[in-house]
Amino acid sequence: MSDIDNYRRRFMTGVVGVAATVSLPAGLLFWQTAEGKSNDDAGLASAKTRWGMLIDTTKCATGCDACVRGCDQENGLSGKTSPTSPQWIRKVQVSNPSTGNGFSLPMMCQHCEEPPCVDVCPTGASFKRADGIVLVDRHICIGCRYCMMACPYKARSFIHQPVTDQLAEVPRGQGCVESCTFCVQRIDEGKTTTACQDACNAEGHQAIYFGDLKDPNSEISKQLAQYSSQEVLPNLDLHTGVRYQGI
Amino acid sequence: MQIEFRELDGKSNAYYGLLGGWVVLVLVGLLSAFQMEHYGHIITGMTNQVVWGMPHVFAVFMIVAASGALNVASIATVFGKKFYKPLAPLSALLAIALLAGGLTVLMLDLGRSDRVIVAMTHYNFKSVFAWNVFLYTGFFGFAALYIWTMMDRNVSRFNKPAGFGAFIWRLMLTTGTGSIFGFLVARQAYDSALLAPMFIIMSFSYGLAVYLLVLMLAYRWSKRLIGDVVITRLKNLLGVFVAAVMYFVLVYHLTNLYFTKQHDFERFILLDGGIYTVLFWGGQIVLGSVLPLILLYAPATRKSVNAIFAACLLVVLGGLAQMYVTIIGGQAFPLQLFPGMVETSSFYDGVIHPYTPSLVEILLGLGGVGVVGAIVVFAVKLFRFLPESLDNSVIDTHHNVH
Repeated sequence: MSDIDNYRRRFMTGVVGVAATVSLPAGLLFWQTAEGKSNDDAGLASAKTRWGMLIDTTKCATGCDACVRGCDQENGLSGKTSPTSPQWIRKVQVSNPSTGNGFSLPMMCQHCEEPPCVDVCPTGASFKRADGIVLVDRHICIGCRYCMMACPYKARSFIHQPVTDQLAEVPRGQGCVESCTFCVQRIDEGKTTTACQDACNAEGHQAIYFGDLKDPNSEISKQLAQYSSQEVLPNLDLHTGVRYQGI
Repeated sequence: MQIEFRELDGKSNAYYGLLGGWVVLVLVGLLSAFQMEHYGHIITGMTNQVVWGMPHVFAVFMIVAASGALNVASIATVFGKKFYKPLAPLSALLAIALLAGGLTVLMLDLGRSDRVIVAMTHYNFKSVFAWNVFLYTGFFGFAALYIWTMMDRNVSRFNKPAGFGAFIWRLMLTTGTGSIFGFLVARQAYDSALLAPMFIIMSFSYGLAVYLLVLMLAYRWSKRLIGDVVITRLKNLLGVFVAAVMYFVLVYHLTNLYFTKQHDFERFILLDGGIYTVLFWGGQIVLGSVLPLILLYAPATRKSVNAIFAACLLVVLGGLAQMYVTIIGGQAFPLQLFPGMVETSSFYDGVIHPYTPSLVEILLGLGGVGVVGAIVVFAVKLFRFLPESLDNSVIDTHHNVH
């Protein structure tokens, strides 16, 4: 074997050795991150419930953004609307260019039964709870933003800079993706209204119903049974948890 | 005459200058990534509307080119063309280097790059991204194994199976890359099974262009001989691939032009999309496809090494333009919640989303290119990737033997 081959062999052995020495402690350090898990709140969510929302666009007032402000306050969002600001809920003004007819509605995570964001998430950080609420597990979200590419409702926001004023019950952090949680912190405390709904009611519009779609006696189920409603982009067949009347 | 492989001497100042240049580029890229990690993506041009920016343009280009770079080796092993055999080791090396460069950029662009290990420990097997994690690591494995069977006579009998495995794997890999976009039902630019085969043919073209550039530069700078037989054969192949990409682009747009619901999007890309229209026609079609085809085949230029070099460079630039139009243009065009209706909101529904890449993003992307350069320049000194000569006499003799 030539000197060069010997040199090469020693070099490769050295490289492998150094790599092993460096990666072992680094790997141990990473272990905690790798094993990162959220608190097991799956115990609280039950498949006997499916949380859903009904929005009556005929009662939703153009120009009113009470629901947006209610959400911002509840979840500790700044309320800013720059292209990089997180917006969990937004008011969308829709008009038909050929007829001039139009309506206004709040748009947020539609909590799909078959959520595209959950399908595409490489780590499973994007997940759907047993009670139908679609969430981001902030312990294992790597910030790849694939879910934002996949969401047909543009419901998700990426946190572009450090967050300093977050609320204790709504943890948020730079580099992760987030969206409407149906005020999961309230639900898990046993409450049955969302902040946007409360804000809408306080404004006197009563355009938002929230409740258990699987309970035939809930107000939302009665409304849905009595009046026609539909999903946004029904052709995608995602069986959204949020439905609209008057669109 | 037997083809001899020999590592570069790599003792000249020029060699160390070149290697140093690539390493500096890598360091600049790492510094940019650190800035993004520290301040957040706020210092990039990316927003909640355009969520994938310049780093993805570089990364996806390199990952696509990686699988394409392996083709030269595949032609030798899988299709048994002996002519390509001496060209094979560099092809596999370039494949590994390009994939490493692309993945580096992709990982450093994550919102939480520090958690990249999570992508190895938590899998959602329905995610195309998760499939790709396996496809990327498998590709590294196959390409490395393949190189081993080329270089070590003791295991050369495994060359064919290794080459076959690498070939099948590279097709799956590019299918996976194309499907990252193709499986997005939500966006008008994507949502098409055509993207998977289109990405494969794009990889043939980009990968071969990069391969030719590296081959020509390596032989020029190391003062080794390379004859026009090798160059001509490869450039003719490149021409076929460039034309094939154009065909797929044509079919993609014709399909959209036939569907009324896609007219708005097509009008945006082809007519009034500003930078995207300019990059499509000027970058992707004229500079990246038509001009290279002319350079590669026109009687006045087809034998000129410089013209062929320029054509390869143009294919790469055109490829980057195509990535920009596909990835950024596809996001700049707004999602439609209510097709046919006019939408407005504080979250920029219904309007074209502006995007201007910031310096850190571009430097991060270039850092990935630095990774490719550093790996290749270092590896050709360490191992016998390059034949001592690819002169016509050597190639002809070698070729005729078989």
